[in-house]
Amino acid sequence: MKPASGTAALRVVVDLNRCQGYAQCCYAAPDAFAIRGHEILFYDPAPPADRRDAIERAVQACPVRAISLQVGPDDGDAP
Amino acid sequence: MTPVPAGIVVVGASLAGLRGAEALRRAGYDGPLTLVGAEPHRPYDRPPLSKHVLAGELAADATRLPELADLGARWRLGSPAVALDRAARTLRLADGSALAYEALLIATGAEARPWPAETGGGLAGIFTLRGRDDAAALRDALVAGPRQVLIVGGGLIGCEAASCLRDLGLPVTLVDPNSAPLARGLGTFVGGVIAECLRASGATFRPGTTVRAFEGDAAGHVARARLADGSTIETNLVIAALGATRATGWLRGAGLRADAGGVTCDAACRVLDAEGAPCPDIYAAGDVARWPIPLYDNRLIAVEHWGNAVEQAAHAARNMLAGPGDQRPYAHLPAFWSSQFGINIKLVGLPEGADSVAVVQGSRASRRFLAVYGRGGRSVAAVSFDQARWLPAYAEAVTAGDPFPPITDATDRPRVEIAAPGFPPPRRPAPTRPPAETVHV
Amino acid sequence: MSDDALFAAVMDPANRADPYPLYARLRRRPVSPQRDGSYVVSSHAAIRSLLFDPRLSSEDLPPPRRPRTGNPLKDLILNPIKNRISATHRPLIFRDPPDHDRLRSLVMREFSIARVQALRPRIAQEVDGLIDACRARREVCLVSDLSYPLPVTVICELLGVPREDEPRFQAWATQLATAVEPDARHDDATRRQIVGAFDDIAAYMRDLIREKRRRPADDMLSGLAVPGPDGRKQMSDFDLLSTAVLLLVAGHETTVNLITNAMLTLLRHPEELERLKADPERAPRLIEEVLRYEPPVHFRTRKALGAIAVAGEMIPKGAPVVLLFAAANRDPDRFAAPDRFDPDRADIEHFGFGGGLHYCVGAPLARIEAEIALVALSRRLVAPRLVDDPPPYRPGASLRGPEQLRIGIDGIV
Repeated sequence: MKPASGTAALRVVVDLNRCQGYAQCCYAAPDAFAIRGHEILFYDPAPPADRRDAIERAVQACPVRAISLQVGPDDGDAP
Repeated sequence: MTPVPAGIVVVGASLAGLRGAEALRRAGYDGPLTLVGAEPHRPYDRPPLSKHVLAGELAADATRLPELADLGARWRLGSPAVALDRAARTLRLADGSALAYEALLIATGAEARPWPAETGGGLAGIFTLRGRDDAAALRDALVAGPRQVLIVGGGLIGCEAASCLRDLGLPVTLVDPNSAPLARGLGTFVGGVIAECLRASGATFRPGTTVRAFEGDAAGHVARARLADGSTIETNLVIAALGATRATGWLRGAGLRADAGGVTCDAACRVLDAEGAPCPDIYAAGDVARWPIPLYDNRLIAVEHWGNAVEQAAHAARNMLAGPGDQRPYAHLPAFWSSQFGINIKLVGLPEGADSVAVVQGSRASRRFLAVYGRGGRSVAAVSFDQARWLPAYAEAVTAGDPFPPITDATDRPRVEIAAPGFPPPRRPAPTRPPAETVHV
Repeated sequence: MSDDALFAAVMDPANRADPYPLYARLRRRPVSPQRDGSYVVSSHAAIRSLLFDPRLSSEDLPPPRRPRTGNPLKDLILNPIKNRISATHRPLIFRDPPDHDRLRSLVMREFSIARVQALRPRIAQEVDGLIDACRARREVCLVSDLSYPLPVTVICELLGVPREDEPRFQAWATQLATAVEPDARHDDATRRQIVGAFDDIAAYMRDLIREKRRRPADDMLSGLAVPGPDGRKQMSDFDLLSTAVLLLVAGHETTVNLITNAMLTLLRHPEELERLKADPERAPRLIEEVLRYEPPVHFRTRKALGAIAVAGEMIPKGAPVVLLFAAANRDPDRFAAPDRFDPDRADIEHFGFGGGLHYCVGAPLARIEAEIALVALSRRLVAPRLVDDPPPYRPGASLRGPEQLRIGIDGIV
């Protein structure tokens, strides 16, 4: 289940070779995904932790499964 | 006390290294795993650097990649590998330490080609754009409000940067030796569309010429560029977008087939030794790896694209864990995307060397189209400008080696005219041995 | 049964409750020529390939061999609209580029994220109201008590239909739903009634569009009705009318099926219903898996503008091509244990909303409606259980869903 707040960092990457601009992620998580022009996807690769539910909706809603999300420890760049 | 087993070492902690490590864990490898990275950062994504980071929409440190498996890895970041001793199965790192391995995955990627020191490369205000620290430094310089920005090189990075900088309202000149941007990657027929976008954005496009040298002011800051045609351009911020060289310097003396064009692999991603025999314990993936691609006459090609880093790393990892009798060839159709001037550009296949091109849907005038490249009557690549939904059909045609042009009887089809793609001649005269190629735009 | 009669068997209402064994047989030859000249495509790979193929047209559909049975949507929705409006003003679902792209981008602009998000509270209120209305009962019919009325309300709100007119839409929707059923069941009187309903909707919409052009409000129809930046109409009256009717028809029946199929599946997997009750954040996964496992639309028909080689077969130019999405969704070459309902599977790349150019416009709204409805049902129905399994199905093979879903309950909380 969800880690306690404050310890989770969200990391998102979209495979833009797969993405076809269906914009389902934009409806699911409008603060993290946006279509610009006809089909350019802009997204926030490091959204705030409280958007987790919305981002997970976006992951599920993507028709081509192009979105990857990690809910990881907020360990900065620590090796 | 038993010695710590060496396990698998991944050299290179960017996209390919990370995805390779994940694939190893997902496939059940539970031995020691070490990732060696030249930069002090955990793996991060590069494509946003030349777009949203320059634009100030994302911080340079925002693009850390999700780690999609429990890696349980030892990270050796900030100290690149500097030498490889195959006989001792040991790496030496820049901090002087040694690192033993049982199997090695080389994923060191590529480095931005710097502006040569003898023609002004040491001046302040000249930037390259490859890593996140480059992007952060360049972003800071942009925020300071440069008088005039000069971009040298109209490849993907140069064009994306030009687009971004025009959005920021900065005065931009782009110099490229060809008649259109993206000429080397897409040809001037398609690149001409971007030339129009570039001009329409308010940038100055200087085609058909090159920068000979940069000159600095008394403080050692770049002040002007001297061009091959004798003219000068005043500038106080330069982006040298000259492409990349493969990060193989550390392999010098290792007895492998490696040079600035990449490290040569067989079809199964195994690195070849100097005699051309595959090393059973050394694999390579991503920008640094060149391998024979059957779809393109087994030419040795390094593909510097995001999708190749992901797929090849996973494939190499799979073969690393498989027995010698189960080494599967890597089948890959090169593909990239770029966004610039509000247009989503996507490519599948390798257009370089094509002898013809045809717009098969939409039109160049509308800047929404799909064009296919042909070589010897075969479809070898397809590019879409804001028409990505159709691209998979053409990717299938390219994979199948369908005749050129493929797919007749499409909806929204213009009268198909076949044109010359307009690829510039090779940079150097062809050597006697078949050259290795690198795909970049 | 010979292989070239399998799709005829799919169309047979006797196989409605469980068409999946037929789909499995069809998948043995992923592009299956049928006796009527059509080609049925049933593997995930072949459908994926064809969805992006510009040679498949949605516009120039071939006339059905047997009148009024080849394609219910076309026979009973398109034709009445077409006959009464214009052959050149088909809704965008039956158009190809570049016309399709122009109409669709206008619709998508008005189907904005903000507008869809703004419907959430209204949907939640409506769902609660519909469940409240069942308080005194020990049995509910999910279809008539909730799945059916909810999408009509939502579409009316979206389009900007005045609330006082909504009951008329509820009645029309019922008649349109009858219209999409295969014609075999209809007597002349029913047919006349259906045509009459289309005429009534068209007349109502024409008035409404006129009103929106005169006094635009913040709704979808107004957004499409007002002049564009160049001062000219963005859509002709005909296009606007066919678009509005399309949104009503395409957005209604499909959403009914999604909600009903989802609840049916959850009642067949009570442990999943319990998990949803405990953790409403499971809803998105559940819904995606329902879209794979029991999709609201089982197939769509296109036409090959040229010969197409796919999956080792050659589809000849001019042939009708049936994209059997629901079969691809259960393709064992794509999904592990495809006949198992498993919301936790990592890979749910389904065709529940189609794909490619014609990917369902209303998908985000359908997801929201289904999520709100399922979460509310899981929390509020006490000890829900199926009364009939399988439930009775409507005869439609493409827009497939239960006609009734009787659920026994111990109460409502």
